[in-house]
Amino acid sequence: MVKFQIKDFSVWYGSVPALKNVNMDVEANEILSVIGPSNSGKTTFLRTLNRLSDLQSGFRMSGDVKFDNQDIAGLDAGVVRKRIGMVFALPLPLPLSIFDNVAYGVRMHGLKDKRELAVRVEESLKQAYLWEEVKDRLGESAFKLSGGQQQRLCIARTLAVEPEVVLFDEPCSGLDPISTAKVEDAMVELKKRYTIILVTNNVKQAARVGDRTAFFLGGELIEMDSTEKIFTTPKDKRTDDYIRGKFG
Amino acid sequence: MRNPYRTERIAFSLLFLATLLIVVPVGLIIVIIIQKGLPAINWQFLTDIPRQGMRAGGIFPAIVGTIYLVAGAILFALPIGLFAAIYLSEYSKDNFLTRLIRLAIVNLAGVPSVVYGLFGLALFVVFFKFGASILSGSLTLGIMIIPVIITASREALESVPYTFREVSLSLGASKWQTIRHIVLPNAIPGILTGTILGIGRAAGETAPILFTVAAFYLPQLPKSIFDQAMALPYHLYVISTQVPNVEEKIRYGTAFVLVALVLFMNLVAIVIRYNFRKRKKW
Repeated sequence: MVKFQIKDFSVWYGSVPALKNVNMDVEANEILSVIGPSNSGKTTFLRTLNRLSDLQSGFRMSGDVKFDNQDIAGLDAGVVRKRIGMVFALPLPLPLSIFDNVAYGVRMHGLKDKRELAVRVEESLKQAYLWEEVKDRLGESAFKLSGGQQQRLCIARTLAVEPEVVLFDEPCSGLDPISTAKVEDAMVELKKRYTIILVTNNVKQAARVGDRTAFFLGGELIEMDSTEKIFTTPKDKRTDDYIRGKFG
Repeated sequence: MRNPYRTERIAFSLLFLATLLIVVPVGLIIVIIIQKGLPAINWQFLTDIPRQGMRAGGIFPAIVGTIYLVAGAILFALPIGLFAAIYLSEYSKDNFLTRLIRLAIVNLAGVPSVVYGLFGLALFVVFFKFGASILSGSLTLGIMIIPVIITASREALESVPYTFREVSLSLGASKWQTIRHIVLPNAIPGILTGTILGIGRAAGETAPILFTVAAFYLPQLPKSIFDQAMALPYHLYVISTQVPNVEEKIRYGTAFVLVALVLFMNLVAIVIRYNFRKRKKW
């Protein structure tokens, strides 16, 4: 099943183009890795999918982004963001307790029942592989957690609102290898229930978890194929150069 | 050759001297007021009405009047100032008009208080026919402190990290939910700082209440918001310059009560602020 259908999709900030004529489909329940050097437009790509780019001044887009066959520009931004969750590059807990962080989005969408909230928080923390580490201190400030734990908390917080897609924007850039492995484990497990798009600067990470991989350069989608093909027999020389570390 | 450590010592001495120059006058004012005013303070002074043409008795009506005026001014200015600050910092677009409005607000905070007094006289006393009353005085003081509250509140709102808003929005929360549940709770300490500054100004100013509420001599308590009232700063002015042969300790006693009252009201706000700051966790 196709989750996103993207056609002739371009983005500008003011007069500066950030994405040029991107065409791609994203399948449901896959992990799509997006790689490319800085300024290649991969983060813009991600932030436009859940309408966070709307908040930036000078943002302008053209083309079509269809999400379950609906144009995302025609949907309410809040609805899009609920259905398409996002995990940011840095762990960004809200200044609340661990429990309230996970419950925040759910509460905003109207769930008040304490038992249901507790169930939802527990499930989400389990899916993010964090439950065992925090189950006895849910009332503590989220800032007392380590960086890796905070990032898994952010994943749990995103999952708690029950999105269909989870966007990861370089989620491991600030984490040590062990925390990174935990986050990657969580992602592989999550694709059974969610569609995942992972933007990463870590080419090896893209190879480890991605079903398919897309390579962006200078705002253009250069190449997109199964991860295996991209990493063994890429069609474009620039892709080959990038994954071998010749630039970027 | 230049010795950087000596230069540093000289620079630090100058900075310390400047600080001292600020602290000493403030300390002296407080010491003098306490020294000369404390002897006048007793139960009768605080709870009795003025007698013998304000040369004896107490200052109770002035204390009550000032409390009413400050409470009225805050009640009026805090919601309006806060809502305006929220609109300006969270909703309004950054264009020429809104920048002009922001600049105007900052400048309003510097308008001499007597101008507010005249404005209050024209608008509330005369045009709205509230007469010289607690209502007119509170509204005038309120308008005077709104710019202070808006400016402090805007700074407080804008100091809440943008990432918090982004996270909240990314979870599908609406903009208002984000403001209500994330931005405001974390901005309250700064908003209270603005309120403290407002309280101090509203309690201490004489000019805005001169034409709008203050009674020269009114040996009874106001019965409604449409009554005139005495107020501490104006009373102090009257007994210092308009009424001959008032004992010095009564004048300083009045000043002492005014300062103590402002400090007490600030203390309440500071305690609330402290409790909110403790919750701040980033």
